[in-house]
Amino acid sequence: MKRRELFLAVLALTGIWQAASWLINQPILPSPATVLRAFLLEIRQDLPIHLLYSFWRVLASTLLAISLAAPAGVLLGQSRRLNAIFAPVIYLLYPIPKVVFVPVVLLLLGIGDLPKIIIIFLILFFQILVLVRDQAASLRPELILSVRSLGAGRRALFRFVYLPASLPAILTALRQSVGTAVAVLYVAELFATQRGLGYYIYLQGSTLMNYPAMYAGILAMSLLGLGLYFSVDYLERRICAWQTIHERV
Amino acid sequence: MVEIDRITYGYARTHPIFEDFSWKIQRGERWAILGPSGCGKTTLLYLMAGLRFPTQGEIRIDGQLLERPRPNTGLILQDYGLLPWATVRQNAALGISVRKFYGPDGKHVPANFQPEVNLDYWLQRLDLLSLADHYPGQLSGGQRQRTAIARTLVLRPDLLLMDEPFASLDAPTREDLQNLILTLHSEAQLTLVIVTHAIEEAALLGSKILVLKQPPIRQGLIIDNPEAFQAGFRHSLPYLRLCQDLRRYLEAA
Repeated sequence: MKRRELFLAVLALTGIWQAASWLINQPILPSPATVLRAFLLEIRQDLPIHLLYSFWRVLASTLLAISLAAPAGVLLGQSRRLNAIFAPVIYLLYPIPKVVFVPVVLLLLGIGDLPKIIIIFLILFFQILVLVRDQAASLRPELILSVRSLGAGRRALFRFVYLPASLPAILTALRQSVGTAVAVLYVAELFATQRGLGYYIYLQGSTLMNYPAMYAGILAMSLLGLGLYFSVDYLERRICAWQTIHERV
Repeated sequence: MVEIDRITYGYARTHPIFEDFSWKIQRGERWAILGPSGCGKTTLLYLMAGLRFPTQGEIRIDGQLLERPRPNTGLILQDYGLLPWATVRQNAALGISVRKFYGPDGKHVPANFQPEVNLDYWLQRLDLLSLADHYPGQLSGGQRQRTAIARTLVLRPDLLLMDEPFASLDAPTREDLQNLILTLHSEAQLTLVIVTHAIEEAALLGSKILVLKQPPIRQGLIIDNPEAFQAGFRHSLPYLRLCQDLRRYLEAA
């Protein structure tokens, strides 16, 4: 997408927001300018701490999900027997909205960062697992055979074939689920914590009734989601250049 | 060089493809394996490559029992087997990368492996230097197969196994690569085994031809073709006669 188009879209959305705030004319929907002012004020106070906490939770769960789901996906994609055992389990668990487990995980794991990380991890884990598995299973047997004929054993196959083959699947999975992850992060941060953007937004909106500050939190959370999305997009274009080039030809 | 000693092999135990099958290849020979689709010629190649193992009997290469893919055997498939995410240069260097990854362990990699890279020589030889930074998706079939050939030859194999390597290429590209393989064979003292279902290709490339019929295969028919690859053979009368003979054998099968 071109920068100019993105800029115009931002302009249009801000315009709609401004119009809505004029029409409704209530404190619950302040104008973009008011929110921007609040944001610039809050960013010099507590907001960065909350943003950092939320960011750390998403990052930790992403790394955890990749490091467990990618190898498991490769393994299942490679071995028909293993996949035959696990496929029905994954098939049942995959569509369950993991956010419903928030109370369970909180009760089991208590307060602190771990339950929040685990919940987002659950969402990303299945997404990555399924995509990497299908990618690994779609590698042509001839490709594996010819790389094996070059002397590659299990370790070299992993390093030169399965790992690079699963990278695009990991990035696709992340791109698809980063939005859900941030949404669930919000829900998870409503409970048993005093740090994080979820807590911050809820506190400002429902307890302090400071609506511009609440919107500053929403803005920060949107920026977090956008930032993650753009990073994945960037990595995908860098690492998977061969795919886009392939499409162009 | 290759001794196939009374092997039995089948994907299903009750229907063996090969049964008590024996065959010998001398160093420097140039064999074509000819047979109808599904007769097991690709399987035979995989057995020689150490990618499949006979249930009975053994395969020895240079007197050594074949237990895994042998580092000095090159394999080229119809499907090219290139990594789609790697450039031509990276693909051609894949064998070298694998060898550097393991180091000269004598198992995956020859114990005397020298990581001296003559990659550019082969890229140039196969007319790939200008395409070195392209991805397989940007190449024609002939260019992809040349990349696969470069990847194999850069490892200096002494035995080259090819499975229908030119089957999906257009005629001029195919003739080009056939001539290239013949030249390389005479230059590098390669032992060559090429599997094909095309009678003309077998007659042209094989100085010996092994004709296989439908499984279970106990024995192949061996035809000598000493005149192959003499200048003009492609257009000579003996060539046409040989093609006719081969066609008759196959039809009788």
